Amino acid sequence: MSTLSIDNVSMRFDIPDGSHIQALKDITLELKTGELMSVLGPSGCGKSTLLNIIAGFMAPTEGKLTLNNVPITKPGAERGMVFQQGALFDWMSVRENVSFGPRMGGQSPSEYDENVDHLLDVVGLQDFKSKAVYELSGGMQQRVALARCLANKPDVILMDEPLGALDALTREKMQSLVLKLWKETGKTIVLITHSVEEALLLGERLLVMAPRPGRIHKEYRLPFADMGVGADLREIKKHPDYAPTREEILSMIWNMEEEIMGRTEGEKS
Amino acid sequence: MIVLLIYIVIFIVAFVVVRLITQRMTAIHDFTSLKTVTFGDESTVRPNRWASIISVASVFLIWGAFTGSHWTPVHVPGPFVGDTEFTYLLEAPDGSRDEATVFVRVFNVGEKADAMEVDPGDGFAKNDSATVLAWRSKLVPMDKNDEVTRKDGAKVVEVDGQPIEPGGTVDVADGRVVMTGKGTLNFSPDSGLQMEPVWLPPPEAVVKRLVEISKDGYQNFTLWEHLGWSLYRVILGFFLGAIVGIPLGYAMGLSDWFRGWFDPIVEFMRPVPPLALIPLVIIWAGIGETGKIILLFLASLWIMTIAARAGVSGVQITKVHAAYSLGASKWQLMRYVIMPNSLPEIFTGARVAMGVCWGTVVAAELVAAEKGAGMMIMVASRFQLTDIVLMGIILIGVIGYGIDIAMRKCEDVLVPWKGKG
Repeated sequence: MSTLSIDNVSMRFDIPDGSHIQALKDITLELKTGELMSVLGPSGCGKSTLLNIIAGFMAPTEGKLTLNNVPITKPGAERGMVFQQGALFDWMSVRENVSFGPRMGGQSPSEYDENVDHLLDVVGLQDFKSKAVYELSGGMQQRVALARCLANKPDVILMDEPLGALDALTREKMQSLVLKLWKETGKTIVLITHSVEEALLLGERLLVMAPRPGRIHKEYRLPFADMGVGADLREIKKHPDYAPTREEILSMIWNMEEEIMGRTEGEKS
Repeated sequence: MIVLLIYIVIFIVAFVVVRLITQRMTAIHDFTSLKTVTFGDESTVRPNRWASIISVASVFLIWGAFTGSHWTPVHVPGPFVGDTEFTYLLEAPDGSRDEATVFVRVFNVGEKADAMEVDPGDGFAKNDSATVLAWRSKLVPMDKNDEVTRKDGAKVVEVDGQPIEPGGTVDVADGRVVMTGKGTLNFSPDSGLQMEPVWLPPPEAVVKRLVEISKDGYQNFTLWEHLGWSLYRVILGFFLGAIVGIPLGYAMGLSDWFRGWFDPIVEFMRPVPPLALIPLVIIWAGIGETGKIILLFLASLWIMTIAARAGVSGVQITKVHAAYSLGASKWQLMRYVIMPNSLPEIFTGARVAMGVCWGTVVAAELVAAEKGAGMMIMVASRFQLTDIVLMGIILIGVIGYGIDIAMRKCEDVLVPWKGKG
């Protein structure tokens, strides 16, 4: 059983004026294989910092992280990442982007060809595989990013607002795709988002974080992600529990934002 | 001044005429031509091809018109060439006066002219004859053959019936007569508006020179050797600069120690114009090939270093993170992410560096060289061979333009993702 465990992680860094920022405080979390967790919170709650620490781009000042009992100290192929803006390699074709991970791992084309082609089929880009990535639309680029991440067969997929830059329609289609891939591949996924709806739909577990210092405020376990697999997401939104949960989380985040605003205004006066 | 006015007139007339003609036959209805807001919308400003053609044609037209070229149908008035005459009135010390005529034959550059045989005429002032080159002037020792000369106290009081005194000027047919302080007459024929070939040869003379020099060579080397050597120096110097500069720029973009160590050097050397290094390079390495290559190496080195450094700095951090998350090693990140990502910047730098190198090599050859495009025009200018100078300048311009176009084509082929990421 592979698990991602985050044990008492804190992040504190100094800033030039001599004071310091407590970005994260005492985060403890455990994710089992195949769990889909969305993370929500007002800006400044440290959710991106948390993701960067899991990815290994930053080291926490306290606490420790392990994946399958192996400590996380630097980026690695077992933790794949999908970024908001694709972060695709413009100088490579779609197929070269998707096969990047296996190629870096020293696999020969015969080893990865089948899987890469399968993934291109899954994300619906088989016809575009030899195109340059800058010729694709934003939604297509994001699908390339998803396929590229999956092609490397990571244990955990980290998504940093992967659908944030897309228009509403494309976004909905992509949400269905993420659910489909989650179920098919059985990967552990951590998804950061600004959108409450997205967090509800794509969160088997939903984590609400609070700012100053960044901490876990509340955790939900929701049925919507399971229901959404292969279904029409708009139907899910009609579920009797959906709207009340959404309102509860919205007002929670709203209050946090109000508190921040009030505090900064108080500091100013 | 006149040239500028004519140029402005051609500009305006061509604009009006082309507008009138194209308005009659607007066939294009693409997206841009349907925009109504064009003034201020830079994307609708496309170079008018007619304007370009007329622009180039009018440069040659004006050049030809002001040099009496056989290629252009119209010319501005040329210098007077042919025979002319003026009279002078000589006053003897005793007050008696006598008139005589000076016959002048004005001839063109490159021709030979014999003085006219003239009948001395009667009276104590005798008729004279003189020859003068077009655009030049000539002292006419008019009283040399007269019975009473200036030594005897005679002086010229009138030219063509108009009174004249030392320092004065009289306009005569086809020219001007100036009396010097000592009382001699100086005749200058009308020069017209055309340029003397020594200053500006007509276009066909330049073409003739081009044909001649490409056949026979100049200063011990053929034309192609001169141009080839200049080009060879540029390419070798640029290449060496790039070979050292690009890795240095990468190192500066990837390591804080390299950045700190070389920043002061690069930032100091960058604003020093390569031309300012010519004297030092000549002192150190002489005027031979080594000196030239060192100079061009230095000219391109800093540009390429800065371009490579900017290329590394320009890599989006998410791309680096993505590559590491996909399992890339440092070397793989370098090879598959940083190097291709910096190529557009490096190409921009290379274009600038090639331009600077081409300018620098010509300047260095102007100072001292045994062969090369710059040396060719420098030597020609010492002998007032303006046609070779012009030919050299045109060839230098054409090659510089060609280099830039070639670099841009390379860029389109090698870095098609430029500006699209």
